[in-house]
Amino acid sequence: MNVEQRYRFIYKPLVFVAALAPLAWLVCGAFGWFGASLGADPVKKLEHECGKTALQLLLLTLLVTPVRNLAGLPHLLRLRRMLGLFAFFYVVLHFTVYLVLDLELNFGTVLGDIAKRPYITLGFTALLMLIPLAATSTNRMMRRLGRRWQNLHRLVYVIAVLGVWHFYWQVKRDVREPLVYAAILALLLGYRVVRAVARRRLTSMSGSATAPGRT
Amino acid sequence: MPLRSPRIAPSEITPPEVFFNRRTLLAAALAGGASALLPAAQTPQPPGARLDYSRNPRYAVGEAPNKLEEITSYNNFYELGTEKEDPQRNAHFLKTEPWSVTVDGEAQIKGKFTLEEILKPHALEERIYRFRCVEAWSLVVPWVGFPLSALLARFKPTSSAKYVEFTTLYDPSRMPGQRASVLTWPYVEGLRIDEAMHPLTLMVVGLYGQTLPSQDGAPLRLIVPWKYGFKSIKSIVKISFTSREPRTAWNIAAPSEYGFYANVNPQVDHPRWSQATERRIGAPFLAARRSTLLFNGYADEVAGLYKGMDLRRYF
Repeated sequence: MNVEQRYRFIYKPLVFVAALAPLAWLVCGAFGWFGASLGADPVKKLEHECGKTALQLLLLTLLVTPVRNLAGLPHLLRLRRMLGLFAFFYVVLHFTVYLVLDLELNFGTVLGDIAKRPYITLGFTALLMLIPLAATSTNRMMRRLGRRWQNLHRLVYVIAVLGVWHFYWQVKRDVREPLVYAAILALLLGYRVVRAVARRRLTSMSGSATAPGRT
Repeated sequence: MPLRSPRIAPSEITPPEVFFNRRTLLAAALAGGASALLPAAQTPQPPGARLDYSRNPRYAVGEAPNKLEEITSYNNFYELGTEKEDPQRNAHFLKTEPWSVTVDGEAQIKGKFTLEEILKPHALEERIYRFRCVEAWSLVVPWVGFPLSALLARFKPTSSAKYVEFTTLYDPSRMPGQRASVLTWPYVEGLRIDEAMHPLTLMVVGLYGQTLPSQDGAPLRLIVPWKYGFKSIKSIVKISFTSREPRTAWNIAAPSEYGFYANVNPQVDHPRWSQATERRIGAPFLAARRSTLLFNGYADEVAGLYKGMDLRRYF
């Protein structure tokens, strides 16, 4: 099997299954299968776990490029779209649990929350921003948008910041866990900043006018 | 102080046979036939031991209480961890024997008392109260305890005792959560003296007829049913009568979010979330959210304590 085939027939299916595992575990918990449990407040558990899984997948998506560059694994890029789409999937689940199970479809409260509760405003903004990214994730859209595709998808950095901020802001007091997410995100974004700066310096030294834009 | 009956429609009151049946079942399940041998006097018992008490029918809420499992697996007790399941998982750290309570401040009788001395004169009663957390979830709990007023009266507070301050045990070996400075330790809570003397304010030693499990604040905790749960301090080792408003743990942590009074009030939102509604733990899917009641439904009894006060300012 060559690298292409390994990704296509082994790694991608593995990532697909792994990304569904958190959901499978929550479903087991909801029905009490395999000793899994969602605890005394299943709704909050579902809501929080979906949200955290979404953030974890988003951070994983952002980890692809650094690992790819540092470990010299160019094909890793083939996993990135799937990770990003699963992050979107869990964000949608998170929002659905909040809307249907937590607020019980009380739309007045939802609108009030989005308008008045800063942490919900942040989270909802991140959800809205993810929609165009998911919609333009197909090969056809990538071709059609060309250079603009990359610019559009840089929104993911803003989305990740909003997502972690949303997590941090809703915690009552013990912010240690969201701070871990923030630290990881800072590293992932920091890597890109350092790399962009280094690249710029390199190109200005070599006198070349244009630099490849990948970050 | 005369007890006033809460305004509850007759149709809301759980029929006695349901209670008695439940109690019979519980007694049979928990005591295993040994209940007849238990002493009548209130001597401290290890968590989960059956208590001798009588039910006070004045205090019911017209709803079935939450399951024991829910009340003991979903706790905010940061001394045993900040996740809801942590206190149950870490309950074994909190050994409650021996236990003593120090009484000091503006009172004639002060000193260090064993738990046995604290509890001895008080007959225990069961009261079913609503419990509303500041995080907008709620429970219905059958507590076992006695009015705080009866305990406080024994120490003969002086006229300068305007407030009562309570302190939780500080001992990181028994309360591993205290190794992280999530809050200022030890946890401190307080009440105005009239709130403390109010007949609804309960010193609690048990729930569901058994001594408190550690995660619920063993061996001695406060329950103030018209205030957010964080006022109902757990595992108390000190009671001080003070002339000044105590500096309380959550108020120190975030003064704009947690006031000294912390009365349940659907019209005064937490700065980050709404307090208008709450979700009842254990309620069926899509039927758990309900309107939060002013003073958690105890307005008839306690609204008078706050006459003329701006509840938005004194939140």
